[in-house]
Amino acid sequence: MKNKLKNKNLIIKSRTENLSAVRDFIASSARSAGILEADVENIMLAADEACSNIIKHAYKSDPDGEIKIKVDYTDDKFVVTIQDEGLSFEPDRVPEPDLQKYYRQRRVGGLGMYLMRSLMDEVEYISVPGKYNMVLLTKIISGTQSNAG
Amino acid sequence: MAEFKTAIKEHGNVSIINLAGFLDAHTASSLESEFTKLIDSNRFRIVVDFKDLAYISSAGLGVFMAYIEKIRDNNGDIKLSGMSDKVYNIFDLLGFPLLYEIFKSEEEAVNKFKETKSSEK
Repeated sequence: MKNKLKNKNLIIKSRTENLSAVRDFIASSARSAGILEADVENIMLAADEACSNIIKHAYKSDPDGEIKIKVDYTDDKFVVTIQDEGLSFEPDRVPEPDLQKYYRQRRVGGLGMYLMRSLMDEVEYISVPGKYNMVLLTKIISGTQSNAG
Repeated sequence: MAEFKTAIKEHGNVSIINLAGFLDAHTASSLESEFTKLIDSNRFRIVVDFKDLAYISSAGLGVFMAYIEKIRDNNGDIKLSGMSDKVYNIFDLLGFPLLYEIFKSEEEAVNKFKETKSSEK
């Protein structure tokens, strides 16, 4: 049926060793949605960055936090929703990275958020302090591979 | 689990780090320890070859930012080579080509250090 919503889920513990499982899950879901390979790579990297930030900042590297990853897709768009129950986060307080300034200050934070915004069509943060945080990564599907299914 | 490997070789006073596999927030620490070892041995002329690197995230890019100042303060440099288009695009998105010299091949990067050496008094 055209434009039928499909979804898939993955739950991981907040450990960096699980990032490869996140990438594999996103890549296989995006490929089954028929997304072009270059976009598959971009969505995979954006999801890796989101989970890396959650592990480091929301859970402060506590290895037993839970991260829920869901993908929803129709013919028009592919949405990755990543939810955690760690510390809340104010994305507006993270400035755009200035690499020259980073070089001088030896700072490296903020690169992941910038990459997510560059690689995806929309990035939305929802935070309910004390309950959950959610980041939604959306890719508009402009072209698809012929093996969509 | 995705694999990441590093291999070090020496070419005169230039050290070459070959990267292979997936460089992410999990594996970045092993690249950090290679840089630490080289710096501790006073080896500041470093080529990082990406020919066999399949994937990089910002945690991997951060490693280069973390060590470059100390290396340049010691008259050294980190030169990058052999990136796939996919990996180069990530470096480019973040403006890294303004801060690092990027070469097609490991040999070109090593030769650039030799040119620098011969022009020094």
